[in-house]
Amino acid sequence: MTRPLAAPRPPTRPPLDLDAVRADFPCLDQEVHGQPLVYLDNAATTQKPQAVIAAMARYYAHDNANVHRGVHALAERATEAYEQARAKVAHFLHAAEAAEIVFVRGTTEAINLVAASLGNRFTAGDEVVITEMEHHSNIVPWQLLRDRLGICLKVLPMDDQGCLRLDKLDALLTERTRLVAVVHGSNALGTINPVREIATRAHAAGALLLVDGAQAVAHLEVDVHAMGADFYAFSGHKVYGPMGIGCLYGRRELLEQMAPYQGGGEMIRHVTFEETTYAPPPARFEAGTPNVAGAVGLAAALDYLDSLGRERIAAHEQDLLAYGLAQLAGLTGVRLIGNAPERLGILSMVIAGAHPHDVATILDRDGIAIRAGHHCAHPVMDHFHLPATARASLALYNRRAEIDRLVAGIHHVQEVLGR
Amino acid sequence: MNDLRALYEDVILDHNRRPRNFQHKPGGANHQAFGFNPLCGDEFTVYLQVENNIVTDVGFEGVGCAIAVASTSLMTEAIKGKPIAEVEALFQSVHHLLTHKGEAAAPLGKLAVLAGVHEFPMRIKCATLGWHVMKAAIENQHETVCTE
Ligand SMILES: Cc1ncc(COP(=O)(O)O)c(C=O)c1O
Repeated sequence: MTRPLAAPRPPTRPPLDLDAVRADFPCLDQEVHGQPLVYLDNAATTQKPQAVIAAMARYYAHDNANVHRGVHALAERATEAYEQARAKVAHFLHAAEAAEIVFVRGTTEAINLVAASLGNRFTAGDEVVITEMEHHSNIVPWQLLRDRLGICLKVLPMDDQGCLRLDKLDALLTERTRLVAVVHGSNALGTINPVREIATRAHAAGALLLVDGAQAVAHLEVDVHAMGADFYAFSGHKVYGPMGIGCLYGRRELLEQMAPYQGGGEMIRHVTFEETTYAPPPARFEAGTPNVAGAVGLAAALDYLDSLGRERIAAHEQDLLAYGLAQLAGLTGVRLIGNAPERLGILSMVIAGAHPHDVATILDRDGIAIRAGHHCAHPVMDHFHLPATARASLALYNRRAEIDRLVAGIHHVQEVLGR
Repeated sequence: MNDLRALYEDVILDHNRRPRNFQHKPGGANHQAFGFNPLCGDEFTVYLQVENNIVTDVGFEGVGCAIAVASTSLMTEAIKGKPIAEVEALFQSVHHLLTHKGEAAAPLGKLAVLAGVHEFPMRIKCATLGWHVMKAAIENQHETVCTE
């Protein structure tokens, strides 16, 4: 199989027109508690552009049918739309072919699929290496596998900046290591991990690499080949697409060796009561009627990103992050958690004398949506001896004026709680 | 803005900053329970010293937001010296105050400041946590209380 050629780079375009971009997102245009909404909870889920909402509505209004099962016109259109979405995702991740993309519900299901299907071939004493900064969805599936099969789960630690201790990786890799599972960009700290380097070392030890791309896909150019990922998982809803759809990229020859994940329709070649032969990937892993509208919406989201231009988005987000970091650094009593040099637009903080939940409640009354809590990363909180942080997370439609509103909101928090 | 003031009443802020009976384990503690809110990581242990059906001493430890800490602190003040039956009635009244709009079933005195929480549905569990742990301690449940 040859790789599709990378699209030629368009000539440098002017910076994003934020007014126009924001007008694409209906949900941003509202007041909360009498203030224009400042949505800074993008790491939890991003808002959806009208193009995504319209594509899904159009699908249901015109093309809705079950896929792969009918010869009638609607079934053909639905199947075509679903498979085009798969091809779109393959192109987006620089996968070699569409068959390497399995549609799932999201990152969580993608990782559980690998743990169940690839993990099925592991035996007691085999090892899986994860890291201290994983989301629970890249911890618990491996613990379940450990409890079922007696595999050994090892954890690569991080330092107080929120960077992985790569110097400790080689010592964790043994001839029993089957898989290294690492988050591409941390949702709790923003750290972007050197997955390419981790891939090289994992492969040298004979292990595979799974990358949790839940946070990264919306913000970084992802090339699964260049980074050396054997599996890459992400969720549509964090990349401006709908909820309930996500993808697992898996290298063709790996998917081919893996047992089915769930049993049912679509995933079979032939069924008798004695024996069933399974369909090749990706169908083997997509039992039952899939989320066709979700796939259509996800493809529309990726098209939308392409139309804006990934470089322009990245340039805008990096500028916004630098601005946010500088503004927050100037605030007394505010401490940023995680100071990795390479990072996503995630500002995880603690404010002296203010519990994150009180911070979030007060900001909400100012119309500012952030997230307070452990961000499904208890081990990260434990590392910093914190019960929770207040996290503001950026997306392509945020602007400097919103960072200013956040800063004013933090002053308000300090005033309300400090009086 | 005004409901923020009602939530973060002076009394609440004061009890958050200087929680009463905090990090205090009564010498004769004979009831205790631990509870947490898995969503936000708030967690408290409540200790009770109960003699002849009267709460003669009480203390708590743990971490939580301002609402959770203040509500638990106020709770310890309110129940100290009270017979168990009265404490249980108080639990019912406070629970009613927090989960239903408006009036408490019985006059609550200082505890009435908790009424502001009602306007913040996402925060009601913060305010009830310490009370649930206290009730579990009275019932001497050894399981952990979890507000989900
Ligand atoms: C780093 C990371 N991994 C995994 C997940 C899980 O994603 P989902 O809930 O969409 O399956 C998230 C989302 O919260 C995340 O931030």
